[in-house]
Amino acid sequence: MDLAAIVLIQILYAISSLIVISSGLAVIFGMMKVINLAHGEFMMLGAYATIEAMRLGINLWVAIFVVAPLTVGLIGIVLERVFIRRLYGRMIDTMLATWGLSLLLIGAVTSIAGNTTAGVSAPLGNFTIGAYSVSSYTLVIIVVGALLALVLRWVLLHTSLGLIARGTMQNPQMADALGINPSLVYSATFAIGAALSGFAGGLLAPLTGVVPTMGGAFIAKAFITVIGGGPAIVVGLVSASTLFGAINQIATFASTPVFGEVALLVGAIIMLRLLPQGITGRFFKGSL
Amino acid sequence: MTRPAQSSRPAQGPDALQRFSRSWASAALTVALGLALLFVLPHVLDDFALVQATVYVVMSILAISLAFIWGYGGILCFGQSAFFGLGAYTYAIAVTNLGDSTVPFVLAIVVPAAFAAILGYLIFYGRLSDVYMGVITLTVTLILFNLINSTAGPEWKIGTAPLGGFNGIPGIAPLNTPGNIDDTIGPRGLFELSFGALLLVYLLLRALLATKPGRVIVASKENEQRLLLLGYDARAYKLFTFVLGAAIAGLAGCLFANWGAFTSPTVFSLAQSAQIIIWVIVGGLGTLVGPVVGCIAIQWLTTQIGTQQTINSNLVLGAILVVFVLMVPKGIVPSLGSLGAALVSRLRRQRDMANVNAAVKEDPDAGPQAAKIDQAAKLDPHGETVR
Repeated sequence: MDLAAIVLIQILYAISSLIVISSGLAVIFGMMKVINLAHGEFMMLGAYATIEAMRLGINLWVAIFVVAPLTVGLIGIVLERVFIRRLYGRMIDTMLATWGLSLLLIGAVTSIAGNTTAGVSAPLGNFTIGAYSVSSYTLVIIVVGALLALVLRWVLLHTSLGLIARGTMQNPQMADALGINPSLVYSATFAIGAALSGFAGGLLAPLTGVVPTMGGAFIAKAFITVIGGGPAIVVGLVSASTLFGAINQIATFASTPVFGEVALLVGAIIMLRLLPQGITGRFFKGSL
Repeated sequence: MTRPAQSSRPAQGPDALQRFSRSWASAALTVALGLALLFVLPHVLDDFALVQATVYVVMSILAISLAFIWGYGGILCFGQSAFFGLGAYTYAIAVTNLGDSTVPFVLAIVVPAAFAAILGYLIFYGRLSDVYMGVITLTVTLILFNLINSTAGPEWKIGTAPLGGFNGIPGIAPLNTPGNIDDTIGPRGLFELSFGALLLVYLLLRALLATKPGRVIVASKENEQRLLLLGYDARAYKLFTFVLGAAIAGLAGCLFANWGAFTSPTVFSLAQSAQIIIWVIVGGLGTLVGPVVGCIAIQWLTTQIGTQQTINSNLVLGAILVVFVLMVPKGIVPSLGSLGAALVSRLRRQRDMANVNAAVKEDPDAGPQAAKIDQAAKLDPHGETVR
């Protein structure tokens, strides 16, 4: 019984962390069709922003929920204005340029902060279920993941901001004709995606080591989740995270964490062979 | 009536350049240059420099494998290092088990090719787009990297060869003449073998591209839809291209394992994958020689950066990639080529103008017509002459 509860919590945690990791990419890639291979590095910048803010004496929660998204969002605006905007509609070039950007960011952070692991210890301590002890921070991530998906869906569906963003992505000329500045919307959407990535990095910083190359651990998972999800942004994100998170955690229980990740990625590749349009290309059609 | 000379002169500008780069003359020139280097370098360089040069040559083979599948097949593989690494590991494991290096050498080419066949089947027969292609190859490379990295314990071994995890496999036995284990290859032999392999791969690819299947491969890059409508199975041609590229990368991996007698999971790393792409982008996509030039230039650069320790090499490589994608998308070799061609055609045009002027002076009746032909030649955007 206790074991079942633990397994359930771990599976929910795996699902939720996939949502957290992939949400920024879901906005940038899912909505804007910008293949941002620097996504992992945006997360890394968020993690560093959190750590630096804590060194300056800022509260951990403020650092995660305010400083990390703000910093990376601002960086996102600059990068969009300088690089990304020249590449809209050129998918392969975007891929290459953002990969260059990712190397550039790794190099820059290594030069500044050094190649050592910085860390924050997980707050809130542990709680016990029977003979097992679980970090309370795990629960925080589960709740935040669920809230993130709900808020993202609410913003996209029920606010004028979401409507404008979706409309502009669908038909920029039409939006322009209706008096909306598409270039501004692109900047803002990219910044929000970047901010979400930065937030994810900050949120996961207490659980993973913070090194300049940490982004590599997330990039494949994030892309596989967003692509596996298919055209519907939020429903796809949640359904793919659920499927892959469950596969990952069950395989981890059966063997080792490394094989859990391998099972996730192999499962995703096979799923893409079966459903090339992703989950929402076949099921939940027309949802968001 | 005097006809101006330009009607019979060869095409100018980018056209002439393309024609030259596709002609046998350019292949012969490249191979002649290569052979000259192959025979001269071992006499000029000392052993240390020769060993350094060998790794440049080995990496050039890797560069040419991506140059082929990306530049001619239109397959952007972000995980060419996966096949390179598989080649290195296959050779290392097989040679530790078998002793004689003949079978391992073959296996190092066959295993990556077989792996590419499975992966390529999933991708091309699933009709996944370019973007998915990039992401999936990237993912597979990461899987291999994580997997091999986690095999550090003594329980991880294939046959008698421990995988070594993040420590890698040290002390890999060098290649030997088939059937005679004691007659192993020395540094000079390895240099000659690698250089020979590079030239052979180059020639084979040039030959392939001149044949009908080669043209179909290029066509599948240019317009897959049209190719399908003409009755060709584009998927099969793409799969073939992909597998051939993987086999070449595996060969490079085998030679790399020989070069250092060592292989570690870094052969699978993202940084390694990124480097290969940067070589091709910098050297010039759509050529075979360009990526080799790019490979040597970038390798030299990273070595220089590595020795002076002030600037991070990732920073420089990233900046180079961004700058080339945004500003020099054609790469060094084609850009230099068109620069040269533009210069030549400008010189030619000046000479022709002088000729025309001379003709007008000699024969006033021919004047207007000659001028018209000259004008037509100038108007044509490709520099093709109007007959």
